[in-house]
Amino acid sequence: MKTDMTRRSFLKKTSLVIAATAVGESTEFANLSHARQENSPHFKPHAFVEIAPDATITIWVGQTNLGQGTHTGLAMVITDELDGAWDKVEVKMALAAEPFKDPLWHAQVTGGSSSFRNRWDLIRSAGAAARQMLCEAAASTWKISPALCTTKESRVLNPNGESLGYGELVSLAAKLPVPEKPSLKKGEQYTIIGTSRPRFDIPDKVQGKAVYGMDFSLPNMCVAMIARAPRYGATLESYDADAAGKINGVIKVMPLGNRIAVCAENTYAALQGREALRTQWSVGSHPELNTAWIEAQLTKNLDVPGVEAKNSGDAARAISEADQGLSQTYQLPYLSHAQVEPLNCTAHVERGRCRIWIPTQGQTHTQKTAVHLTGLPEEKVEVMTLPAGGGFGLRGEQDEVIDAVLLSKALHRPVKVVCSREDEFIHGCFRPANHSRVEAGLNKQGQIIGWKHKVSAPSVMSRLMPHAVKNGLDPDAVNGLVDMVYTLDNHAVEYVMAKLPVPVGWWRSVGYSTNTFVVESFMDELAQAAGKDPVAFRLEHMEKAGRAAGVLTLLANKTGWGQPVPQGRARGVAVAHCFESFAAHMAEVSVDKQGKVTVHKVVCALDCGTAIFPDAIRIQAEAGVIMALSTAFHEKMHFDQGGVATSNYSDYPLLSMSEVPEIEVHIAHNYLKAGGVGEPVFPSVAPAVANAIFSATGVRLRELPFRREQLVKS
Amino acid sequence: MFSLTVNGEKREIEAAADTPLLWVLRDTLGITSVKYTCGVGECGMCTVLMNGTAQRSCVITLEESAGSSITTIEGLPDEHPIKQAWIEHQVPQCGYCQPGIMLQAVDFLTRVPNPTETQINQAMDDVICRCGSHARMKVALKDAVNTLNQKQGG
Repeated sequence: MKTDMTRRSFLKKTSLVIAATAVGESTEFANLSHARQENSPHFKPHAFVEIAPDATITIWVGQTNLGQGTHTGLAMVITDELDGAWDKVEVKMALAAEPFKDPLWHAQVTGGSSSFRNRWDLIRSAGAAARQMLCEAAASTWKISPALCTTKESRVLNPNGESLGYGELVSLAAKLPVPEKPSLKKGEQYTIIGTSRPRFDIPDKVQGKAVYGMDFSLPNMCVAMIARAPRYGATLESYDADAAGKINGVIKVMPLGNRIAVCAENTYAALQGREALRTQWSVGSHPELNTAWIEAQLTKNLDVPGVEAKNSGDAARAISEADQGLSQTYQLPYLSHAQVEPLNCTAHVERGRCRIWIPTQGQTHTQKTAVHLTGLPEEKVEVMTLPAGGGFGLRGEQDEVIDAVLLSKALHRPVKVVCSREDEFIHGCFRPANHSRVEAGLNKQGQIIGWKHKVSAPSVMSRLMPHAVKNGLDPDAVNGLVDMVYTLDNHAVEYVMAKLPVPVGWWRSVGYSTNTFVVESFMDELAQAAGKDPVAFRLEHMEKAGRAAGVLTLLANKTGWGQPVPQGRARGVAVAHCFESFAAHMAEVSVDKQGKVTVHKVVCALDCGTAIFPDAIRIQAEAGVIMALSTAFHEKMHFDQGGVATSNYSDYPLLSMSEVPEIEVHIAHNYLKAGGVGEPVFPSVAPAVANAIFSATGVRLRELPFRREQLVKS
Repeated sequence: MFSLTVNGEKREIEAAADTPLLWVLRDTLGITSVKYTCGVGECGMCTVLMNGTAQRSCVITLEESAGSSITTIEGLPDEHPIKQAWIEHQVPQCGYCQPGIMLQAVDFLTRVPNPTETQINQAMDDVICRCGSHARMKVALKDAVNTLNQKQGG
């Protein structure tokens, strides 16, 4: 079904992009295709591939460059199916457009580790269709059947040993219809997929040439910083516009509802101007709010009946009849994305046209925001995606888009709205905090016969996708609980929506990032109670020949699980399944008498289906370990007096170089549908470490970040 | 009027004496490889070499830097062993933090040409890379050490 769907949308979108080639004028501030020009000699059968008469292959991408290697990976898939010469390939970021929308989600978005898994058929077909057309063009020249033609390295070959280069065939191929169902390669035929290529974006990043959103500028552009309420529900009481106006370079101070924009000739003037405003705000809606208050609310929720997310069998009865029962609570804090490039957006609203330059993860959403604010039709709102200095789910937010469009409209000039790091902590949309209670029963054989799970967490989807929240159930909040890797007959999951004023948003691996810590820690507790080996106990509760069992077995084999570990060290494991991939982690730690934990080594085993770009996968897996260790040991948002108390990185330390362990990555080899990578490599890290710490000390840490004082030996 | 040498070129700057060097470089001179993030010297994105020493340009003023020689990432030759190692080992992810980190690494290796693992950790402990490129950075840095030492030896 899915195959047909993506193929259909590929063809549907193909026609749409041809229609779109007639509009738009050339500008140096966007990458525009040569094929948009009338009588262009370029071959551009659809939105994704363009071949020039000099045989240069341009791969047009709609996915955001967040440094995850997706641009190069997309080019690898398309070029492989195209049988293109890799040294003739370049990648260009396209203006936001219909063909780049996710075929399943119907929006152009880079998130949910979806760039390949939701486009697996689409992108392969994109390359294969172009290849077939080039074959047909060559065959017509030779007056033979296209079936007799083969392709290699951007050349079509015939049985007589003659060949024609793709560049020579562009004008003929361009006249042919785009095939509906081009035939796709079998995994064994890949020549580029599964190899590692230098990423296209790295040289510019190393040489300092990459222009991120923060660095983007236009002639006559002004820079704006926004003063926003520092506490939840606070309203503007007073500000000193004159003082701000006196700062050299400040152009205008402009109230925008409950916030004030300071527009200036440059960023420094905007920063100084905003400071000079001396804005006064009311106490806000929740003066009692602080970290302890929030935690108390979330804990209280665990005693409130929740909504049913899953109820198979009779978990309560099974637990009551169990030979051995176990119940525990866990808690995880709100987290910031803490990405290094502050949020920003540049907009230029003119008569009949709006252009936006933004390092966004959500192009369609950005476009819709601007359509709404300008009243322009969608095709008059051009969104150019710039490289992003990290995102992790935050860069779909629209506040900066709204302000940039409103200000550009008002000032009749391009405006870049920028945030500071402090802005981002104070106004962040955080990873939801999570308090959970789990209860399970074991039978005489030490097998789980019932599992009851209650999670209390704020709802991301209520804000971002309210239509997906039904009867108070946020499906994101129970990710990894209703679909955990273990098959249980009696399994109940309840969700209590925590209604707190702290905004929450998408954050790497979303619900899985919190719930996996709970599930995989508790599985370890159950294994301990059952007196079983943590790997064997997990395997016992999984589908026997399934991929989760496969990846856990791969991990066990690669780490020599069960064999003696170096003196003074102990190991823990955890496993997870999300975004169509399977990952397992082994952590090896030691803990000293002062409770200092050293993570010596983390091994990741990953089954992400076809491993398109192994080196990029490895880097993502290394990065997943590092970011997850950071959350395990350090990260926690603090609140006080009705708002955020965390101000800058000194209040929100991240993992440092000396804390980074040896990291080993093992990728399963298969040619299954490509799954996600960036997110699946995250969730099982922290529980693996907690389980290793338990193994080393006998102390079970049920709270993130870990509290060292719990590990001090008295 | 203040005078600075930036990547070998003498520049006359007309700005307030207390303007952070970061904004002189970004706003006045348009050198945007010097990144803005924390603004308070905590993250290291804005690091430049000032007379060869790594400095966080957001916490140093124009007046304090006047007369000095500033090197940004563009001022390092394209073939510099640090840059080459960073490309060879595919270090950057988003890459936003990397110019500052590479410059800090250059300063470090100038002072400590044969660092131990512990020295590398200590020298690079105060930089922030949210993407988690640390493992690659370490490998690349060690590789650059070898290249630099071979060059000196040969």
